[in-house]
Amino acid sequence: MLKTNCPTCDAQVTLPKNTEESEIISCSECHTRLVVTSLKRNNPTLEEAPKVEEDWGE
Amino acid sequence: MITIGLLHSTIRGDEKLIIEAAKKRDVKIKLIDVREEIFNRKTYRCDFDVALERCVSTVKGKHATYFYESLNIPVINNSSVTTICEDKFVTSLMLQKANVPTPDFAMVFNADQAQQAIKQIGGFPTVIKPPLGSWGRLLAKVNDIDALETILEHKDVLGSPHQKSFYIQKYIKKPGRDIRSFVIDGVTICAIYRDSPHWITNTARGGVATNCPVTKELSKISKKASDAVGGGILSMDVFETEEGLQINEINHTTEFKNSEKPTGVSISGAIIDYCIKTAKNL
Repeated sequence: MLKTNCPTCDAQVTLPKNTEESEIISCSECHTRLVVTSLKRNNPTLEEAPKVEEDWGE
Repeated sequence: MITIGLLHSTIRGDEKLIIEAAKKRDVKIKLIDVREEIFNRKTYRCDFDVALERCVSTVKGKHATYFYESLNIPVINNSSVTTICEDKFVTSLMLQKANVPTPDFAMVFNADQAQQAIKQIGGFPTVIKPPLGSWGRLLAKVNDIDALETILEHKDVLGSPHQKSFYIQKYIKKPGRDIRSFVIDGVTICAIYRDSPHWITNTARGGVATNCPVTKELSKISKKASDAVGGGILSMDVFETEEGLQINEINHTTEFKNSEKPTGVSISGAIIDYCIKTAKNL
């Protein structure tokens, strides 16, 4: 499983198997919602997830 | 092999289930983050057979849908269904026009008309909703004229243009729950109860999902509502009233991740199967 660090609290974040780019995950330490911005070259990158916008939904 | 273009922005648990369901079938999924695309008809090259629109952003999803349709790629759901279902007022109009039982409603643009409309649909309490919106956001149960004036003034001063169109709906007293039926190609494949002590029962707001038997009445009203808006992959929010079932709202990019377990039905599998069927009928 791929590992990286939380951009908010720097804790180690382990990405579950089958994680996809653009997937939303949570940091287990600070509970910040994070988005997987890249999985290229087995070097995952994370950013804080975008806030819910007015037109979001189903 | 059929390739489905899965149009998305953020990947939710629902999209993960769809990807997993595709892996179990003879079908390829191409993930397309619409935020990364350049929708230029003169340069765009399409390498999939059918598109499944699953964007969490309604606006981006609709624009992507129109774009792929312009390239003669079928999109599920199509732009006509999307345009109806994204707007609660338009949905209600289509339901009422097709004689599908639905709570009384009206649209107004100022406070004086709002007072008259509320009288027409049965008085207080009433519900005011933004025509565009989801997950129970900014719904207001309005109990009296004072609350009405306050809410409308706030919307008028603070709101975007969409918030200045006041969709007013008769308040329906629910038995602590409502029903969500999942309807694909007019067939109700399963349904859940959404239990909540709060009058807003969305699972996104804490409503608890349990299996709801698919009765003849539920199948019939769901089919009729599906036909009224153009079919495809839909979910219906259904109220149980003394007069029978009523369709409240219809979702065109339905979330279902909390519903597969209680119903025991692979909604994601049914979605993929419908995409395959659509692609084979081209």
